[in-house]
This record gives sequence, structure tokens and C-alpha cells, in this order.
Amino acid sequence: MSPDLILFFLLAAVALAGAINLIVQTHPIHSALSLIVVMVALAGIYLLLGAELLAAVQIIVYAGAIMVLFVFIIMLLNAGKEERTSLSHAASWLGVPLAVVLTVVIGWRMGHSAPSPAMGGNVSGVSRTLSEMLFTSYVFPFELTSILILVAILGAVALAKRDF
Amino acid sequence: MSAFLNAYADVLIAMVKVLAVVIVLLTTVAYLSWFERKVVAHMQSRWGPERVGPYGLIQPLADGAKFLFKEDPTPAGVDRFVYFFAPFLALSLAMTTIAVIPLGPGQLEIFGRRTWFSIAEVDLSLLVVFAITALSVYGVALAGWASNSKYPLLGGLRSSAQMLSYEISMTMSVVGTVLMTNTFSLRQIVEAQRGGLSHWFLFPQFLGFLCFAISAVAETNRAPFDLVEAEQELVGGFHTEYASFKFAMFFMAEYGAMVTVSLMLSVLFFGGYFSPFPDAARFHWTLYLPAVAGLAGGALLLVNGIRYHTALGRAVLPLVALVLMGIGGLCALPAVIGVIQGPFWLATKAFVILFIYVWLRGTLPRLRYDQLMNFGWKVLLPVSLANVLATSLVVALGK
Repeated sequence: MSPDLILFFLLAAVALAGAINLIVQTHPIHSALSLIVVMVALAGIYLLLGAELLAAVQIIVYAGAIMVLFVFIIMLLNAGKEERTSLSHAASWLGVPLAVVLTVVIGWRMGHSAPSPAMGGNVSGVSRTLSEMLFTSYVFPFELTSILILVAILGAVALAKRDF
Repeated sequence: MSAFLNAYADVLIAMVKVLAVVIVLLTTVAYLSWFERKVVAHMQSRWGPERVGPYGLIQPLADGAKFLFKEDPTPAGVDRFVYFFAPFLALSLAMTTIAVIPLGPGQLEIFGRRTWFSIAEVDLSLLVVFAITALSVYGVALAGWASNSKYPLLGGLRSSAQMLSYEISMTMSVVGTVLMTNTFSLRQIVEAQRGGLSHWFLFPQFLGFLCFAISAVAETNRAPFDLVEAEQELVGGFHTEYASFKFAMFFMAEYGAMVTVSLMLSVLFFGGYFSPFPDAARFHWTLYLPAVAGLAGGALLLVNGIRYHTALGRAVLPLVALVLMGIGGLCALPAVIGVIQGPFWLATKAFVILFIYVWLRGTLPRLRYDQLMNFGWKVLLPVSLANVLATSLVVALGK
């Protein structure tokens, strides 16, 4: 039982608990907080795999910006507690069994597949390689995405400024 | 047993380091409140805490005891889990960043194993610091929302909008430093400033330093950017509905964030754990500066303590002074003198920056919220982007 393995099981348990809590909670804010827990646990698992840049970016972007947006929306829209209803027929007859089948199939395939080649452990190499690829081979999609985000920002500002 | 120890040795050593750093950090946070009250008071021509123990030094302990025993009401209609969770989140995030900050050069020998002179040595420590700063918005926003009351909600939303805005210019202002050193590791950034005062990044990256310092003050919700906590406008802002221990946790989180920012400023722009004197033979006497500081401080306290006006002061202060002189003497021993240099210089720089932080609070009036947001988006962000542009031009042309 190396420390790595124990840490992996701990993080995986936290991620699972967060995901189940996300579905079970009635208040949207609690669900959003559970989602943040899931993302932080995933970032921890990325760290265990040696993908430090991905872990840092996951927390800065996903948990630190996107989820803040979610939390703000829930707070400002004053979303209240949801009512807990029983599962619909479609869910209980089709959805849940198919979800179980999917989980079993994916687990079986992953358990019986060949181990993937080891990830590059040289972290500063990863940042360098990533940025080199981003600014040479993929520079056109990168710039287009930036323009897309700029258009979204302008649209949001224009919508917010509109007087009713 | 020894096999268990071997496998988990790294974990145990990390725990020892964490314990040492947390004890120092919590004591610093507690006495930072004393320091702030004394300094602001003297700037306002009054005394500050004087009665609670000699020189008011027991004041933080008295405040802590008060917070523990005070009634802790929970307002009606709050979201229970989030109300209790937000101060824990704020405090734990504020205490976490110090784990990746390099506290001294090279490696240490603890119980026969070599380990880096920081709690965690991460290649991307700069990004880790920004990740934790990004997460600390939650403590404030959730606290404001969970209190089920208009002033906290308004204060919490304003505070989180302020933190998000200044976070951007804060990260942009460091990009110049990253361009110069080609690394995200805080230890490498400090190592690139080896060689004394002239090598500090303060001088080539002066614009970056200004942007980072101002953004950091705004990020930690400190004066002059503390409108969200101002009693005159918003009662208490996001911590209005919090009493006793939970309020103390927000308090400690704010001071912890101040300490973290001071350490970051020292590491990024002031040479971190390196002494301002170059490593030449003629500066060999500076190795004894920690010892001299301890002995001189102890002697000053001794002389003043013997003549203190209360009996308790006359009894306790000389003992404290002797302990301080003992620690100073220890720093001159050859076993300790090498190890103590790094943390001593880092602590000195952080202390000077903390003094400036408190000085800002005692001097400048606070900014109105729209002035604050205008400044962050229309002035600081373009200036930090200009810094990135200028630095990348210089670096590219220099190749």
C-alpha cells in the first residue's frame, strides 16, 4: 500500500462522494459546491498522474472561474430548494439499467486493455511542448477562439447595459 | 516498523514541516493584529493596546479567549451548511498557499533524509498560488450569500467582484517575471535573483511590481480597497452576521492572506531568501546579522523591561528579552548560522512589506466602489498588459 495508492483511493472516493451528492442534494448551491469538490479531487488525481499543468489549469479555470460563475448565477437568481420527486418511468425502466450497463462495459474494457505508455513526467517539458504546439501548429484555432470569447464578452456587456 | 517508516518517511517529514510552519504562521497572524493596532495607533497619535499585558502583548490571546467564549448566534433562515462552511474555507485556503513558497535555499537534512527547504516543492508553484487565490473568492461569496441578509449579500457580491477583477491584473503582472526566468517555479524565480540587491527583479520589473502590489492589496480586501468591510457603508460586509469564532476565522484568513502576499512579493521581486548583500568574502560579516538582530532586540527589550511601569511587566519582559538574546546567540553558532540565513532574510523582507501594508491602512482613505472597479479594469489591467508586451519585446530582442 504505497502512499500513492492510498491517495488515489482517497481522491477517487471524494470525487465519487461529490458526484453522488451533486445529484442527491435539493438546493442548487449545494450541488454546485459538490461539483467544485469533484473538480478539486480530479485535479488531485491529475497531479498523481504527473500532469501538473493540467491540475493547476483545472483549478484556476474550472473550479476558480467557471464554477464561480455558476455560483453567482445561482445566488443572484435566488434559486430555491427543489422538490424531491420520485423517478419518472423513463428513468427507472430505461435510464438506470442502461447507466449500470454502461458503467460495467466501460470498467470491463478499461480493466482488460493494455496499459497506456507512461506520461511524460518532465513537467516543464509539458508546459513548453504545449505552448510550442499552441503557438505554431494550432495558432489559427487559438486566435479564432480568442475572438469568439471576445464576441461573447461584448455581447454580455451589451445585454447588461440595455435599458428596459 | 522501519520498513513502514522508510516508505512513509516523506509523508512524516512533510508533516513535521507543516507543523513547524503552521505554528509560526498562526503566531504571526495573531501578533500581526497586535502589530497593526499599535502601528495604526501611533500613526494616529495614540497608544493602541497598552494595558492587556506589558505593551499590550497579551491582547491577541485575550481576543482569542473572548472569541472562544462569546455567544455564537446563528441567524434565522441561513443555509446551515454553507453558513458554517464558508469561514472554514476562507481560513484553510489562506493557510495553504505558504506550502509552496520556498523558505530557504537548497535542501535540508531532517532526521537524516534530504528534503527541500519548503513544505512542498512543486514545479508549477506560481500556478498553485494563483489557483488557491482563485478559490478564495468562494469564502467571501458564500459567506455573503448564506447570511440571508441584504448587507452581507451586497458586501459579499461586491467583494467577490473586486477579487475577481484584481485577480486578472495580479496574474498578468507576474507574466513579465515568468518571461524573464522561463519557469513557473517560485524556487527557480528566487534562484534567478541570486547575487545581491542589484539582481532583484524589483528593478527590471518595476511596473510589474507596482501592478502586483496594488492588485494584491485589493485582492486581500485591505485598505484602501476595503469598502466591502467598511462599517460606515455596509455594516460589516460579508461577515456582518458572523459572530465570535467564525468571525475570528475570517479575521485570521485576512491576516493570513496578507502574510502570503508579503511572502509572494518578497519571492517575486525582492530576492526571496537571498540576502541583499552579494556573496563576496568582504560581506562575510553579514552572516552574523540574525544573531546581532536577536541580541540587539533582546537588549533593547531588557533595558525597557526593567523600567516598565507595572510589576508584571518588570517580571516578564526581562525574561522574554533573555530568551530573545538566547535565540540571537544560537544564530551565531556554526551549526545554525547557515540554515538561518534564508528564513531570516525572507522574514525581514516580509516584515517590511507587512509594515507598508499596515501603513497604507493607517494613511490612505478608502476608494469608492466604482472608483475601485474603474481603476482595476481601466488602469491596472492595461498597465500590466503593457508590462507583458514590453518585457516580451526586450526578451525577444535580447536573444
